[in-house]
Amino acid sequence: MRHSTVSVERAVLRLLGINDSYKGKPLANHLVESLPPEKLAQGISVWFGRAMATHRGDPTALALRIAEGKISWDLPKMDMETSRRPIIALARQAVRRLEEIAEKKRQLIQGVHQARPLKYVIVATGNIHDDVVQARAAVLGGADCIAVIRSTAQSLIDHVPHGATTQGFGGTYATQENFRIMRHALDDISKKVGRYIRLVNYSSGLCMPEIAVLGAIEGLDYLLNDSMYGILFRDINMKRTFCDQYFSRLVIARAGIIINTGEDNYLTTAESFRAFPQVLGSHFINEQLAKAAQVREEQMGLGHAFEMDPTIEDSLLYEIAQAEMVREIFPNAPLKYMPPTRHMTGDLFFGHVLDSLFNLVGVMTQQEIQLLGMPTEAIHNPLLQDRAMSLKSANYIFHAARSLSDEISWSPNGKVIRRARSVLEDTHKLLQKVNQVGLMKAISLGYFANMTRDVEGGRGLDGVIRKDQGYWNPLQELLERPLEVHLPTHGDRSAHRAPHHPPHRSQHRSAPRGPQRDASPSQERVEAPQGERRRRRRSRRPRNFRREGNPAVAGPGQEVTAREPAKPPTPDSPEGTS
Amino acid sequence: MKKPDLKAIRPYGDHLDDGIMQFSFTLPIPPSDEAREAAKLYLEKLGFTHVQIVSMELVGEEFAFFVAYAQSEATLNFTKISVPKPEFPIIPHDQLLKRVQEKIGRRLVVIGGTTGSDAHTVGIDAILSIKGIKGDKGLEYYPCFQVINLRAQVSNERLVERALELKADALLVSQVVTQQDQHLKNLRELTQLLKKTHGLPPHLLLIAGGPRMDHRTALSVGFHGGFGPGTLPSQVANFIVHELIRRMHGHGKKETSSGRVEEHVPHKAPPKRLSLFGWLSGGGKGS
Ligand code: B12
Repeated sequence: MRHSTVSVERAVLRLLGINDSYKGKPLANHLVESLPPEKLAQGISVWFGRAMATHRGDPTALALRIAEGKISWDLPKMDMETSRRPIIALARQAVRRLEEIAEKKRQLIQGVHQARPLKYVIVATGNIHDDVVQARAAVLGGADCIAVIRSTAQSLIDHVPHGATTQGFGGTYATQENFRIMRHALDDISKKVGRYIRLVNYSSGLCMPEIAVLGAIEGLDYLLNDSMYGILFRDINMKRTFCDQYFSRLVIARAGIIINTGEDNYLTTAESFRAFPQVLGSHFINEQLAKAAQVREEQMGLGHAFEMDPTIEDSLLYEIAQAEMVREIFPNAPLKYMPPTRHMTGDLFFGHVLDSLFNLVGVMTQQEIQLLGMPTEAIHNPLLQDRAMSLKSANYIFHAARSLSDEISWSPNGKVIRRARSVLEDTHKLLQKVNQVGLMKAISLGYFANMTRDVEGGRGLDGVIRKDQGYWNPLQELLERPLEVHLPTHGDRSAHRAPHHPPHRSQHRSAPRGPQRDASPSQERVEAPQGERRRRRRSRRPRNFRREGNPAVAGPGQEVTAREPAKPPTPDSPEGTS
Repeated sequence: MKKPDLKAIRPYGDHLDDGIMQFSFTLPIPPSDEAREAAKLYLEKLGFTHVQIVSMELVGEEFAFFVAYAQSEATLNFTKISVPKPEFPIIPHDQLLKRVQEKIGRRLVVIGGTTGSDAHTVGIDAILSIKGIKGDKGLEYYPCFQVINLRAQVSNERLVERALELKADALLVSQVVTQQDQHLKNLRELTQLLKKTHGLPPHLLLIAGGPRMDHRTALSVGFHGGFGPGTLPSQVANFIVHELIRRMHGHGKKETSSGRVEEHVPHKAPPKRLSLFGWLSGGGKGS
């Protein structure tokens, strides 16, 4: 471990309970900014521990006095034991709290039947109280997940704003109080509709780890969390964001939150027909980065999208191929399927048609989370009525095609399977290239989203801290200890799956498949018996699209994913990989 | 078929001048007979007749969403309409290069980017990068331009800094996020900043673009040209070249239209707007 960041240190303080604000700036920022760099290199925990051991009392009150300048960081020397003791107690408490949060979430979801795909919509009025009105209306219209879109460019602000906010640009500020207000409203409406409504926000940008902490504390269910998105689309420095991501995922993993990754966005700057291998390749990388931070497969909401140019002949078939292959390659992941955006125009009537096909593909390929497209995507953040139209379409299509996936098997050499194979082959090639140069170099060369980013460029590099030998971060140490989950035995599986896949769904889960080995011509369509299907859901291997004896196709699952990943940089060695 | 009277046009639904229009909107009251009546009265208040509320649905707990049809008696004189737009010919690539060689004799420095906190790059890349859009190559393809693409999230200060440093001939600013008129604010701030900046060439050309941008809006915030959805790089290339030649050499004689853009200018603009850039005559704003 060679680096930390200012935001990781601030997140540590927040886990220790320092969440108040002073003069419009969070105490966590005051503390980290006022600590001299050579001291910060040892970690805020070392110095805040010393301050606590010296001055005693309530940590928040102490932090306030430091922020006010009443207490300086010139603290007496003391033995390690003494300075660490108060922090260790708080850190243990924090981790226990995260575990309780995860447990509570599990209980809330258990036994609630909620059909898949879950319907995910965004609200973004800029005013949290108006957001609540819109969210309630959406839930009554059938929504299962509410994402409060953040104000434009909050990701570039190096602190988390404080309190309830009523003004934002193109979205609403993510603050602890706003989280609380919306969580409260959704809990209320959950009872009314008998479904558990998930709350979503963004653990991304310069405050990625802090938002993870605040989101966990306030009971958020999903957090968008993908360093590659920040690097590519917000020009945040890669070292900063890989470090931040690692720590935020440790928190997320422990709190039982589901991450949403941002690969779907690549298809806004690169054309889906050609660039889908980048999406899939990035899934494999993101999966490894998540695993390295204790995130379980059931928490990996990998993102992909229906973004193909609608003027391409058979584009629908290719979309189906892509959606189905991602589903089969990551059978345990609660995938997030994103709607058309790039090819949406002011013609909202045609847009509604595109969104309808997207909904059909979502249900037929059994996506976990369907981010509903809005007919007015090219115009503005959704109005109340846009969302209502969109929910109505999804309600109808999901209901009308509920069991469609069970009926489908693909013709072995048809367009769908051929498309999937070629994507998989290209993905393998891409990952080999990434493996050769290292992930950071690959990003700087524009391998993803056709965006090039400099390793030393972007925002937030000045917040990367090279650790001193005496560096200490008790929370990281505690969170890095593998989570002791009770891994269900075979028979116990439905309980384990329950949070994401209620029983009725896993029973019907079908994995339509292609040839296991070279299909004889007479064997055009192969059906799997029910029992086998169910088991197959756990298998990592893309069954449909596997071709026996073709390493390029069988490859990614084995060589790249399961074993040596494409050199994901650990925060230890951001440079080491480039 | 009967020809429309351009001096008195009306919406067309099923036959000429029936004035039929389609609506959808929400009222902050739940559905009821009274709510339906309210929706109808509202449209009548706007001057519509034959109002039909064809759908009324509950949204959430306290809103009604309506779809409606109505007719309008109002007519509009189409021949009186004028929209300011950049006027310039579109000439083939080779000829364009030749013009620059003859009239300017050096490469033109073009700096582009998306300013403020706006992170959208696809639009500005479509115009600048060699790949272009819809088969139309971007400005990088033209040897007569030296293109610097600053991409997105560029502060106005940085843009001006680079303009000074590289002696820019044209600044191309993209604005995609338009909520709360953020784009207009950003563009105005840039023109203000430029007014205060010394050392820029007096002919410096300011061009704005984006999905909610048009020429009139660009002029209103102190720019010289504005381009909206569907813009092709070749249009921008021609605009830059012809306009810079005009700005460097005073008001040259305008060439006749051959490009798509000019075809759309059948209507005479009021005299002040005819001179493309109102304040060009004032000698430019650069210094
Ligand atoms: C792609 C996209 C993104 C990508 C951008 C990737 C990238 N690197 O560019 C990502 C996913 C990152 C993104 C993020 C966001 N987006 Co966005 N995005 C879009 C989307 C889907 C397409 C835009 C696009 O690329 N169009 C294609 C290009 C070619 O079209 P264009 O920009 O109009 O450009 C043409 C012309 O306008 C003109 N032109 C454009 N610029 C210039 C400049 C000059 C000088 C000239 C001459 C011409 C010119 O020429 C171009 C070619 O013809 C639109 C929705 C839509 N379908 O339009 C939303 C949209 C633009 N995004 C929107 C929003 C709100 C955001 C966010 C702010 C959301 C948030 N709260 O976080 C964030 C941005 C954060 C930030 N700091 O800016 C809103 C904007 C709403 C509004 N009216 O203000 C839209 C409309 C979606 C929506 N309904 O909410 N987005």
